[in-house]
Amino acid sequence: MSVNLSSRQVGDVSVLDVTGRITLGEEGSGKLRKALQDLLKEGRKKILLNLGDVSYIDSSGIGELVSGFTTVTNSGGNLKLLNLNKRVKDLLQITKLYTVFDVHEDEAAAIRSFS
Amino acid sequence: MAENSRVVPETLERYLESTLESVDSAEELAVAVAQRAGLGEDDLMKIGLAVRESMVNAVMHGNRYSSEKKVKLSVRSNAERFTVSIADEGTGFSFESLPDPLAPENLLRTSGRGIFLIRSFMDEFLMRHLESGGTEVTLVKNLVSK
Repeated sequence: MSVNLSSRQVGDVSVLDVTGRITLGEEGSGKLRKALQDLLKEGRKKILLNLGDVSYIDSSGIGELVSGFTTVTNSGGNLKLLNLNKRVKDLLQITKLYTVFDVHEDEAAAIRSFS
Repeated sequence: MAENSRVVPETLERYLESTLESVDSAEELAVAVAQRAGLGEDDLMKIGLAVRESMVNAVMHGNRYSSEKKVKLSVRSNAERFTVSIADEGTGFSFESLPDPLAPENLLRTSGRGIFLIRSFMDEFLMRHLESGGTEVTLVKNLVSK
């Protein structure tokens, strides 16, 4: 019942591959928060969150996405979303956040959009 | 599991610790009953999320993680309705004062979407203050009888 994250670098874009459940707790939304903070500390400000293998997200997880978006934007960077499955997409739509985020379905196009 | 279990009324009651582990347990218990009641995958996801959000409210905002306070989970299903009640032992919580999470000025808030999601995903959402001082929420999903 936790989330797993791994980051990779594609040019100057950091892709954070997220799998599992983003829910309240240190093993869920807390892990995502720390991963984003770590990337910012390393000076990486172009961040693509790949949510393709996220099976579940609750309001805490949604809040963490919003928090990450705000933090990265306020740091002069960009946080974009990639590969939303239907459940995550539906949640972002009913919370009216879908249009707040820059959402992509193709990784290569998403990477290009940062430049 | 009996083949006709979807039409067999079921009742489950648990007193859970005020921990995040209880949030997971409640979600699993409620979804299992809903599954036996014949609900489909989409409804199971919605019920799971609504129960999770309600449990988080009870554990975090109601009982404030107190080891001396319990959360009462009641799950009932019959041919017409699937119902979950979650009661905490806190000091009460005013749902009416919650800001609208869809208002433009609130869109980028990092919290305050739980109740909105519950209302969106369930057919009924009831809240009452208990005489003992806690709060009880009741979530209902109507079942289509065949």
